[in-house]
Amino acid sequence: MTFFFEVLIGGLLSGVLYALVALGFVLIFKASGVFNFAQGAMVFFAALTFVGFLEVLPGWTGLEAGGQAVFWLAFLLALASMIVLGICTEKFVLRPLVNQPPITLFMATIGLTFLVEGIAQGIWGASVRGLDLGIEDVPVEWLLDKFNILVSTFDVFAAVAAGVLVTVLALFFQYTRIGRALRAVADDHQAALSIGIPLKHIWAIVWGVAGFVALVAGMIWGARNGVQFALTYTALKALPVLILGGFTSVPGAIVGGLIIGASEKLAEVYVGPFVGGGIESWFPYMLALGFLLVRPEGLFGEKHIDRV
Amino acid sequence: MLYREAGQFKTSYEADQQIFPIAQDRIGILLLIGVFALVVPMIASEYWLKAIITPVLIFSLAALGLNILTGYAGQLSLGSAAFMAVGAFGAYNFILRIDGMPFILALILGGVCAALVGILFGLPSLRIKGFYLAVATLAAQFFIVWVLVKVEWFSNYSSSGVITAQDIVILGYTFASPESKYLLTLAIVVVMALLAKNMVRSTTGRMWMAVRDMDVAAEVIGIRLMRTKLLAFAVSSFYCGVAGALYAYAYIGTVEPEGFNLDLSFKILFMIIIGGVGSIMGSFLGAAFIVLLPIFLDNFVPVVLGDLVSASFVSNLQLIVFGGLIIFFLIVEPHGLARLWQIGKEKLRLWPFPH
Repeated sequence: MTFFFEVLIGGLLSGVLYALVALGFVLIFKASGVFNFAQGAMVFFAALTFVGFLEVLPGWTGLEAGGQAVFWLAFLLALASMIVLGICTEKFVLRPLVNQPPITLFMATIGLTFLVEGIAQGIWGASVRGLDLGIEDVPVEWLLDKFNILVSTFDVFAAVAAGVLVTVLALFFQYTRIGRALRAVADDHQAALSIGIPLKHIWAIVWGVAGFVALVAGMIWGARNGVQFALTYTALKALPVLILGGFTSVPGAIVGGLIIGASEKLAEVYVGPFVGGGIESWFPYMLALGFLLVRPEGLFGEKHIDRV
Repeated sequence: MLYREAGQFKTSYEADQQIFPIAQDRIGILLLIGVFALVVPMIASEYWLKAIITPVLIFSLAALGLNILTGYAGQLSLGSAAFMAVGAFGAYNFILRIDGMPFILALILGGVCAALVGILFGLPSLRIKGFYLAVATLAAQFFIVWVLVKVEWFSNYSSSGVITAQDIVILGYTFASPESKYLLTLAIVVVMALLAKNMVRSTTGRMWMAVRDMDVAAEVIGIRLMRTKLLAFAVSSFYCGVAGALYAYAYIGTVEPEGFNLDLSFKILFMIIIGGVGSIMGSFLGAAFIVLLPIFLDNFVPVVLGDLVSASFVSNLQLIVFGGLIIFFLIVEPHGLARLWQIGKEKLRLWPFPH
């Protein structure tokens, strides 16, 4: 039983990370109706930029390597890069494609994926880098003593970070002017435009926020598994999460992430041995697919009505 | 002047319903096929035949398959490489398990296997569409590759999971040289392209296009959605399957399931975006473009920029150029290279008086 809970908790915690990436998708889809396949590439770009600045900043500024100042400066610079990336995307990719069918926009973001991956590696190189956030990957003693369950401190930290991020985003959407404008745009582009909400700026802000989410996700993933090209595949893990949670729902992304994370680990451990293992690669998709057949709009998605 | 249809009168239904109603088109296509069948094998070096022209033809076939599904029937698929894998492993097993299996029949049966798998993964399209369906095809992509790796029967229990394609033998003749493999591929591709061209202008094709443009409206006017969508999945997967079998037999020889990965699926998607979504011609142009571009970049960037750039920079440049081109094409010419060709033809019709 202990083992079951260990697997379950491990799965839930990795699900949190999937949810973080899925959150970036949801933000952009909600505000602009664009299914942003490049979110995974943005996570990679963000993490690589952060690590890259960590490496070069001490040389440029004379700050102490590994210190607090370098960390925060690198964080701000990486965030700034993500915002610039978001604004450029809005200006050069999305705006010329206004009024095109959603599928065209989707394919454009696949192109964007390649572009961003190429630029990221072109600037910072393709080598795998470690990232140390100063949190140790040791079991939480309290849980180990009391229930004999192994849970990594780092995973708990990641979950807390994700929780804080979601709360901050929720408050931002609920209580700020920009948040209100974002919700208005999400509901109806044209109505929002007609009451004087600047659509252009809103889109730039949304991509900026998505960039911020990507940066946080990239830092956590990167600290866990190293900053490397494999980060871009997080986008592929986030897709079934989205399907399960619904494309337009922030809580959906979180719940979907937890379900996918937990079920894939449980399936790998308990079903995997019978069929040869490695089912993690497709199990989330099959789960999402099965779910879609029952409820096509996802757990929290909006019901779609067809009209001629 | 040369390209003018004035004076070509159609006096029978047969004449009016030909695949290429304009005489110049007919002659042009025949000339093109003639050049590729007779002149190219004579002048092209072995490297060009083996590493460039044959793969272009094979990828054209795969792109044709995806184009039928995405371009004509409007169902986005990110799993074309998986269906190629089914075709390749299917054909391999038919030749391996059944004594005296004719190669062409094995090719067709491989395609049929892919079609059946395609129908299976096309089933969700009845309930879901758009992005949701794209995720369903991703499930196919990962699941099929996993099955081919894990079920060792498919690779005949080879320890590495790699299969080596048998010799291509048709009527006692062994297709071993690059020229013969190229000609065989060319023949199959030409036949299948003409079939596709005919299919998309028939009732089936019109039903696909109606479903693509607005499926609810199509249903209202009496098109059976289920049949139409599943037929699109079946035909598309059949084309991809045959392309996969040719990929294994006429191009690389030894294949592993992981070779048919998501990157390959994306490549085929890019071929149809750049070549032209919803165009037979576009599949060929796109395939040629996507195969030739990396070769061009590999050979010319170091020459132009000299020793300034490293090999890793060139590979990153490839990513950037690919991504940039996709976005550029979607913005500037959403109908791809095929549309440029069409514009050229229209200009020729009017030339030298543009009004």
